[in-house]
Amino acid sequence: MGKQAYEVIVIGAGHAGCEAALASARMGCLTLLLTISLDKIALMPCNPAIGGIGKGQLVREIDALGGEMGKNTDFAAIQLKVLNRRKGPAVQALRAQTDKKVYEDRMKRVLWAQDNLSIRQGSVTEILLRGGEVDGVRLACGFTCYSRSIIIATGTFLQGQIVIGDIIRPAGRMGELPSLGLSDSLVRAGINIGRFQSATPPRVDARSLDYSKMTPQLGDDEPRPFSHTTQTTQRKQAPCYLTYTSKDTHRVVEENLHLSPIKTGAVTGHGPRNCPSIDRKIMNFPEKERHPVFVEPEGWHTTEMYLQGLTTSLPVAVQEKIIRNTPGLENARIMRPGYAVAYDFIYPDQLYPTLETKAVPGLYTAGQINGTSGYEEAAAQGLIAGINAALRVQGKEPFVLDRSQAYIGVLIDDLVTKGVDEPYRMFTSRAEYRLLLRSDNADIRLSGLGFELGLIDGERHRRIKEKERLVAEVAGSLESTIIQPTDALNDLLVGAGTSVVNRSISVAELLRRPQIAVADIEWLAPQLKQLTEEERLVVEVDVKYAGYVRRQLSQVKQFKRLEARHIPAELDYTQLHGLSIQAREKLTQVRPRSLGQASRVSGVTPADINALLVHLEQSKARSPV
Amino acid sequence: MAIIVNDTIAAISTAAGQGGIGIIRLSGPAAIDIAEKIFKGNKGARLAGRKSHTLLLGTTYDPADGTDVDEVLVSVMRAPGTYTREDIVEINCHGGVVAMQKILTLVCAAGARAAAPGEFTMRAYLNGRLDLAQAEAVIDIINSQTEAQLKVAVNQLEGGLSQKIGRISDALVAVLAQLEAAVDFSDEDIEVLPVDEISRMLQEAHGELKALGETSSRGRILREGIDTAIVGLPNVGKSSLLNALLREERAIVTAVPGTTRDVIEESISVKGVPLRVKDTAGIRHSVDQVEIIGVELSRKTIKTATLVLCVIDGSLPISQEDLELLREIKSDPAVLVINKADLTEHESVAGLELPMNFKARVRVSALTGGGIEDLEKSIETLFFAGNIDMSDKALITNARHAQLIERATRATQEAFELIEASMPEEVVSTVLKDALSDLGEITGETVSEDILGRIFSQFCIGK
Repeated sequence: MGKQAYEVIVIGAGHAGCEAALASARMGCLTLLLTISLDKIALMPCNPAIGGIGKGQLVREIDALGGEMGKNTDFAAIQLKVLNRRKGPAVQALRAQTDKKVYEDRMKRVLWAQDNLSIRQGSVTEILLRGGEVDGVRLACGFTCYSRSIIIATGTFLQGQIVIGDIIRPAGRMGELPSLGLSDSLVRAGINIGRFQSATPPRVDARSLDYSKMTPQLGDDEPRPFSHTTQTTQRKQAPCYLTYTSKDTHRVVEENLHLSPIKTGAVTGHGPRNCPSIDRKIMNFPEKERHPVFVEPEGWHTTEMYLQGLTTSLPVAVQEKIIRNTPGLENARIMRPGYAVAYDFIYPDQLYPTLETKAVPGLYTAGQINGTSGYEEAAAQGLIAGINAALRVQGKEPFVLDRSQAYIGVLIDDLVTKGVDEPYRMFTSRAEYRLLLRSDNADIRLSGLGFELGLIDGERHRRIKEKERLVAEVAGSLESTIIQPTDALNDLLVGAGTSVVNRSISVAELLRRPQIAVADIEWLAPQLKQLTEEERLVVEVDVKYAGYVRRQLSQVKQFKRLEARHIPAELDYTQLHGLSIQAREKLTQVRPRSLGQASRVSGVTPADINALLVHLEQSKARSPV
Repeated sequence: MAIIVNDTIAAISTAAGQGGIGIIRLSGPAAIDIAEKIFKGNKGARLAGRKSHTLLLGTTYDPADGTDVDEVLVSVMRAPGTYTREDIVEINCHGGVVAMQKILTLVCAAGARAAAPGEFTMRAYLNGRLDLAQAEAVIDIINSQTEAQLKVAVNQLEGGLSQKIGRISDALVAVLAQLEAAVDFSDEDIEVLPVDEISRMLQEAHGELKALGETSSRGRILREGIDTAIVGLPNVGKSSLLNALLREERAIVTAVPGTTRDVIEESISVKGVPLRVKDTAGIRHSVDQVEIIGVELSRKTIKTATLVLCVIDGSLPISQEDLELLREIKSDPAVLVINKADLTEHESVAGLELPMNFKARVRVSALTGGGIEDLEKSIETLFFAGNIDMSDKALITNARHAQLIERATRATQEAFELIEASMPEEVVSTVLKDALSDLGEITGETVSEDILGRIFSQFCIGK
């Protein structure tokens, strides 16, 4: 029986697994990436898009920390679009339609070319432990690999089951074997497991659609890339199409609701509220006369079109009828049916913010297995798990981003502190410090950390430092650039719907008017011309919302004080005077790392936090550090 | 409760209604600066630069209009040799609860935050001032206070407040859900409310918060009592009237000597309206040195009282001195109490014309108790305009709550202005979340999770 030792082993080669393996290998650790099939790496089994509001910010942050998703998306993009352009610049986000195959191919090449990284096909059936810590994995073929840091990133594969109508069969994705046995191994190690479900819409043949009944949806003319390293994204873009369901579509769904797995009980786990099936939408919002359907190409080299909005696991015959009753899709030919997948996940409040399980030292989990949904959420966790698995091997301090530093920090803090009761998706409203955590400043926020970890090279770090300096300088200069009232200026102001000026005024003051954008004042402050569009955006937000940015910065200061109060992992809450019973239970379960995290645990009151604080001071007094 | 925050907190550190001298205590890095803003030392002395643990005599004043509030003795204690190991300023005043409350309001306006229960002790502990054994006692104090608050909450007054705030929070969350949906789901097929509607909702919430904030002065009346003076010429029956009021109600809250030697102060409850009644020396022209001092004190009391009960002897003709006294009374409202109703009323009394600030005239007999009931009803009507509506339970009776409500009111107003100025949703939302967190500090609830839940139930999300 063969065996081999690695410093880090990553199980699963989806979006989490790829980032984890790359981060670990790039940090110098001898890494093994295991996948059930070498032909299924970095797959996008659901929508052919990356980014969006909240998610786009995650991708930018992954990129700023030296992750691969941004670069890969830029390379595979067939359409790029900035969302929320008409909202405030602070919540703008990028979304890309991608060619799925191009995405997979490039990621594979990057993995293949990575030093320190081995890739191997095999299904893990057991996590091996020694002395309570992780020791290795056993594959279905009998092969054993040893490592002190193991990351499980198996997505929907744990005890995966797919459902179409009344057909239920074991599968990780349509047509792929699930991962059996690994769940049991986790349960034996003391980890609690729950069950979620997710679903995907049918794919139809692009040649069978009537585009005259749909509205084309185009990308931006001058697309912005995700990655700070991408020089150009100027290439051919493909349109998406928008159509709407009809009354007939709804009638078909209503007539067949009794066959829907959510009615028959074939699917029981919770699905994501933000991504309901068409069955559920019609059940929950019967008054709505139509629902949008976005028809999205899956790539240049396939005729498959993804029907965003028609997610369902109704029987295939019903899916046919739903589609045929939707304008533009009357003659559509289904190439793959929609289906639901039910899978095991581990309750993420069993994890530290490093994504290491509390039950098994050295065992990390990342991605959909932690109860999240989305490629971006998975990749972000993969990156953090990979970094921490490597740091553990190297005997270094763990790497944790807090809620004030990054959406990635918000994501992981939410998971490990609050747990999940549905597949977790990122929204900007989850972030308290949204005016600070922006797409435009992700590199300024995080590249320094990426550089310290060894994931960003010195040259790129230097460039971003220079960018940071430049935007700060230009932002400052707008405050001191004073202009006199002129007819030209006042004409512009009136045209923009704001009042005229009759005394000298700084350019910054003008920019703070809601009606005035940075483009309007460029001619008054030539220093803006040296900036890229993205740099101008940083300046615009920092100047325009200066008061609110300052307010959030001062809130962050307060927040950091609580985050800095560390709680020892071994603290026995049951012995703690003054805690409510509920707080005792929840805190024992979550084992927060800091007082700040403890205060976010549900059911923990300010009185509990004070009791905890008193106790921490007490033990500090007992054993001065 | 705000936890380990490095700001400056303030509170009245002697219980309201007890003792002639009150202390307002400030602790935190800005304690001295804040106190300085409302304090004029005698001979221009300043707090800054004073040695630690020294006293300074002076006057507190309202920087907004420059009016003096009370003569005070201020002690400056510098960190770390203090109870909290922070800079502490204690303002000792002798003007009773009203002055204390006013000074607390002033220091809050000057940048202090009204302290939460147990917060001074908490700071003392956190800054290493208390020892091990005291630590657990602190938890008990805080917990028992929290529990007491909880009990009060189910209780009428505060329970009403929680409910009221709950309703306002709910309205703000509804606005927030609209704003957040517009940001997070702008690429979805959803229709958020038009700006006008959101403006209207914000304006309504602002109006309710403002009204709630205004009850804090009514709450204070309920809590601390109305500063009342009984005045009149000698021997018209002032003391008998006070005794009659006391006897009738048998509701003496406390009986403490007043802050001056010759004015007696009693706290009584009249139909649920708490009065702090000062019985003054009779006013008349005199040459006696001691009596002159007494009369001057009476005149001072007339000037500062919120309510003056002017007593005349109804069996005697109206004298020139009576008329002078009536003119001297500027308090609004004032009540003319015509005593000795058991005797025949002199004809000049009926024709007596009263100045505008006299809102009632009542005939009583302090001797027999006749008419006392009428007097009580008049007082009740005056102060609660017949609508001391105890079913309107949302009254703010606590300085910390008042400050939080005020902040929430301002933030809501700001959100409204930002919407009107077409600022983007995420900026408005920042301000609105501040308002909600202030309200949450009163009710102990956080609303962040609510918002997504509301979005998903209101809008059909999911392409």
